[in-house]
Amino acid sequence: MFKASAKMDFKLRRPLEASSNASSSMMSEISRNLKPGLPFIPCDSTNICYGARQEQSFSEFPPPQVTQCHGLYAREQKTETKNQLEPSSAVNDLVMDWNPRLMLSNLSFLEQKIHQVQDIVRSIISQEGRANELAAQQQLVTADLTYIIIQLISTAGTLLPNIKNALLSATPVAQTGVVANLPVNASQKHHEVLSVELAKASEYDELIKDLNSGGEGDELIKCLNNSVAEVSESIPIEDHDIKDYDDGMDGENLPPGSYEVLQLEKEEILAPHTHFCLICGKGFKRDANLRMHMRGHGDEYKTAAALAKPSKVASSEPAIIRRYSCPFVGCKRNKEHKKFQPLKTILCVKNHYKRSHCDKSYTCSRCKTKKFSVIADLKTHEKHCGRDKWICSCGTTFSRKDKLFGHVALFQGHTPAIPMDDAKVSGMSDHVQVGETTNGMVANMGYNFSGNASDDAQSLDIKDVDDGQGYFSPMNFDACNFGGLDEFPRSAYDVSESPFSFLSTGTCSFIPRNGEN
Amino acid sequence: MAKSRDLCRRIDRSDGFATLTLDLFSGSPNPNPCSYSRSAKRVRVSCVSPAAAAAEENRSNPFDSLSEEVLFLILDRLESDPLDKKSFSLVCRSFYAAESRHRRALTPLRSGLLPAALARYPSVSRLDLSLCPSVTDAALASVGGALRSSLRSIDLSRSRGFSYAGIESVAVNCAALVEINLSNATDLSDAAAAAIGRARNLEKLWLARCKMVTDMGIGCIAVGCQKLRLLCLKWCLGISDLGVGLVAVKCKQLRSLDLSFVPITEKCLPAVLQLPHLEDLALVGCLSIDDEGLMSVKQESKSLQVLDMSNCQHVNHAGFSSLLSKTPGLREISLAYYCKVTHSLASSLQKLYNLQSIKLDGCEVTTSGLKTMANSCRSLGELSLSKCSGVTDEGLSFFVTKHKGLVKLDVTCCRNITDLSLASITSSCTSLTNLSMESCILVSREGFRLIGQHCHLLEELDLTDNDLDDEGLRAISGCHNLSVLKIGICLKISDEGLIHVAKGCPNLQELDLYRSVGITDIGVMAIARGCPLLQIINLSYCTEVTDYSLRSLSKCSNLNTLEIRGCQVSSSGLAVVAVGCRKLTKLDIKKCYFVDDAGMLLLARFSQNLRQINLSYCSVTDVGLLALASVSCLQNMTILHSGGLTSNGLAAVLVACGGLTKVKLHSSFKPLIPKPILEHVEARGCLFQWRDKPFQVELEPSEVWKQQSQEMHV
Repeated sequence: MFKASAKMDFKLRRPLEASSNASSSMMSEISRNLKPGLPFIPCDSTNICYGARQEQSFSEFPPPQVTQCHGLYAREQKTETKNQLEPSSAVNDLVMDWNPRLMLSNLSFLEQKIHQVQDIVRSIISQEGRANELAAQQQLVTADLTYIIIQLISTAGTLLPNIKNALLSATPVAQTGVVANLPVNASQKHHEVLSVELAKASEYDELIKDLNSGGEGDELIKCLNNSVAEVSESIPIEDHDIKDYDDGMDGENLPPGSYEVLQLEKEEILAPHTHFCLICGKGFKRDANLRMHMRGHGDEYKTAAALAKPSKVASSEPAIIRRYSCPFVGCKRNKEHKKFQPLKTILCVKNHYKRSHCDKSYTCSRCKTKKFSVIADLKTHEKHCGRDKWICSCGTTFSRKDKLFGHVALFQGHTPAIPMDDAKVSGMSDHVQVGETTNGMVANMGYNFSGNASDDAQSLDIKDVDDGQGYFSPMNFDACNFGGLDEFPRSAYDVSESPFSFLSTGTCSFIPRNGEN
Repeated sequence: MAKSRDLCRRIDRSDGFATLTLDLFSGSPNPNPCSYSRSAKRVRVSCVSPAAAAAEENRSNPFDSLSEEVLFLILDRLESDPLDKKSFSLVCRSFYAAESRHRRALTPLRSGLLPAALARYPSVSRLDLSLCPSVTDAALASVGGALRSSLRSIDLSRSRGFSYAGIESVAVNCAALVEINLSNATDLSDAAAAAIGRARNLEKLWLARCKMVTDMGIGCIAVGCQKLRLLCLKWCLGISDLGVGLVAVKCKQLRSLDLSFVPITEKCLPAVLQLPHLEDLALVGCLSIDDEGLMSVKQESKSLQVLDMSNCQHVNHAGFSSLLSKTPGLREISLAYYCKVTHSLASSLQKLYNLQSIKLDGCEVTTSGLKTMANSCRSLGELSLSKCSGVTDEGLSFFVTKHKGLVKLDVTCCRNITDLSLASITSSCTSLTNLSMESCILVSREGFRLIGQHCHLLEELDLTDNDLDDEGLRAISGCHNLSVLKIGICLKISDEGLIHVAKGCPNLQELDLYRSVGITDIGVMAIARGCPLLQIINLSYCTEVTDYSLRSLSKCSNLNTLEIRGCQVSSSGLAVVAVGCRKLTKLDIKKCYFVDDAGMLLLARFSQNLRQINLSYCSVTDVGLLALASVSCLQNMTILHSGGLTSNGLAAVLVACGGLTKVKLHSSFKPLIPKPILEHVEARGCLFQWRDKPFQVELEPSEVWKQQSQEMHV
């Protein structure tokens, strides 16, 4: 049980971990030993509650921030603890059909792998300053760590259903062991190395690429302190989000510096699943689906409490305004841009990135012409496809007449196209015109593109996230890109649903790196 | 050749050229104006005309020696009358060929003649199909094929039966096309508009009442025809701000834009006013434009000269003043049926330094408003206060004393004005050419005396339903330039006054004596003798008029419209007119009970240009009507209560008359005429109007009628 919850946390917290790890590269050992230790105890208790007495625990579910801040250590410890604990549990349950030998070989393999990574990181440290090589090595570390994680999950997956009973009793021990372990581990390892390594280990690590360049120790301490304080006050993070959302309604006139800027990396943005089963490693888009899936792993996941959504608790803590940056350099939504316009929410980031910087891989099956990068956009389009009766001679279709006329007014040679059944001949002539005005076509495509983005903005992915809630009409997200709305109320429903929300809350205690350097 | 040039010079100098051409037509080559050298090579001439026959007999054709240059010069002088050209082309083969090549404008009577006409006239640039009720796509395709490079203008405003395909063949093939009139093509849709859009050089386009054309269609036109200078979208109910806005964006050359009755709002006005060359803007009956909208328009238009905002019922002076302040170059304003012309509105005209014409028909005009307007405007040339209520002597007198340059003044139905106003008008505005004062019943003999005394330049005078008598008419005959005189329903005038007019106004072209019952044959004879240029005369219900009048009117060879309803005329009188007035196109002989088949036979024989006839209550039978059917130009017939008419005869007439466009018949005939025949005639482009009026035997005594009309006025 512990393992399950710990793993879940681990999964969910990875982004945060990564970030805090990364930024903690300069952290002092004391801070490392102390800070992780302090918050960890409540964290553990909640973890237990999470599994066993969910209803109560949900009401006072600690802010994701907290769990995230510690999650890093939790996971770190977990990787270690697994090595130590699992053989014993294997002994306990020999009846079960898992192969302890196989497990052992897996683990030792993992150990080797970790050593390899350690070596790489050491070499990075030794040759600090050579940026080019560093990047390459970071890539390597990332790949390795990803592999390690997957291995870990699969290894744990074979184990868990069999040892759950044993674990239930063993959990407190394990927990204490973990807690005790952590500093040991931390001291055993080269902390910097470990932290960097762990940062790389995350699938989502790259979001902190620019944060992990070092020199953030103080900030990290600060944020850890913050998070500790928050934990002690048991302030749920969802409240920040809600306030954030409310603030967001005022429009994006926030003065620079009055908010934090976070930047996710494109791998994170494009990750198909954000919720992973800690047992079998299967990924889900939604927490609800994950919970449904978890039922198959045992009866304890079938309780009403386990199936219920995590709920939120009101908070009196003032909100920290958080905005997001697109990782695409040169984009107006990228924080390096002169006229940087931050994105409001993770969801905005996702949709923006897909729409603006990704291939449009979804083609409408009806018209075979319109393409989308966000599948919800496609679905929205398909609802209206064929009903676009406003057509330009260049082939662009419009759902609104005024849009067509704006288009025609803008481009030389473009003509409103009369439907073919109305006039075959003139239709033909229109095609000829298309040929004549090829120059205009290019420009037109651009126009179409942007027109698309704005027109279909209402079809954000958010629909998928909270369908069944019936609360959010897709229209609520109509203007996400334009600073009208963001998706944070969603977290009221799925607290720990999305690693992004974790990330956002977890990293909230980060002050942008410009503060450190 | 030298002689040709000599002839050219003579032609250029010759004022009485008509006689020369008549000599040419007379059939015997007259060597007197010029002496022709006999051509060495004899060309065989086989023409139908007597001239050609004569030439054949003489075994020589002196006309062949005339160069085309000379013939063209002659033809240039013959533009006034189409019949002259017809005669010219009948002289001989070379004349025929020259006329074919010379002709630029073609107005075929029906589309069946189109192939032959196109073959004969290869260089026609103006094709007026308004007399062809039915024009098929094939016909338009043949036009497009035949007049590929020459066609510049085509008028389809009265035609039906074609679709976008026909328009497209014209638009695509005729690269030089600059004018299309497609008004009244109510069944044409956006496809046709898209076809028009392919006429890249189009400069003038009329689409009035093309109700099916939407923004999409007008969008195609806007993109395709970017050289448009004139666009008439009157009554195009499918067009909205978007379409008009696009036109304004794309057609930067627009000079004239008619948006009357189009459901536009003020949203498109900024774009329209931004047009750099826009001079003429009509916004008649745009009910969606209101004060607030107009006030929100910030765009200025320096080029706008003519603005028509009649019937904009939701515009008050605030909005209108706001618009006027942005159009400083206005020359003409029309505000007919505008709510109320008050001081505030009038003062908004102050900034319009170029204003020359104001039309306020049907408005409520206050005296103070009129005075302010007089002070605000510089020097108006034209003022129309037709049917304005509230026009007083004080206001009008003040106005005319400030605007001595008035050329046209319309005070129709301003019933309150008296001789005082007339005194001011005549003393101030001596350059007046047009004066309409129908139903100004308070004006007396003294007023008319002043008109005759001071307004010598008057060309058009409307005194219908005035208290005019012979003395007044005598005074008015002092206006020697009068060409249009309307003195209908002036019950006091008699032959005496009319004789004065006949003596004083030799240039009279139009005379309206409707229900001026004091007129007899003597007066009409005097007019016929004194006014040889007479073209239009209305003698309806002048019950004393008989065949003698018609005999005298037959000397007016230019007469084209004759209305003699209820006159005591017979077939013989009509026959004389038919023989004498070959240009007769409109004839109204309703309630001429004595006109019978004999008159019809002669009419059919001689009045081959007859287009419109009203035969109600005449004693015409099938025979006369069948004879009339041979008049190929006949388009419009009204036959109600003609006793001798049978359904079979009527059916035969309808089939025989190929060019009919409108026939008004008694509804009792409708079930009697075989349906296929009706359908056939309708398919040719004829419109039937079935009327169910009761038979009225008695002539209305004019006095009774007059009394009735007076009561209505009060």
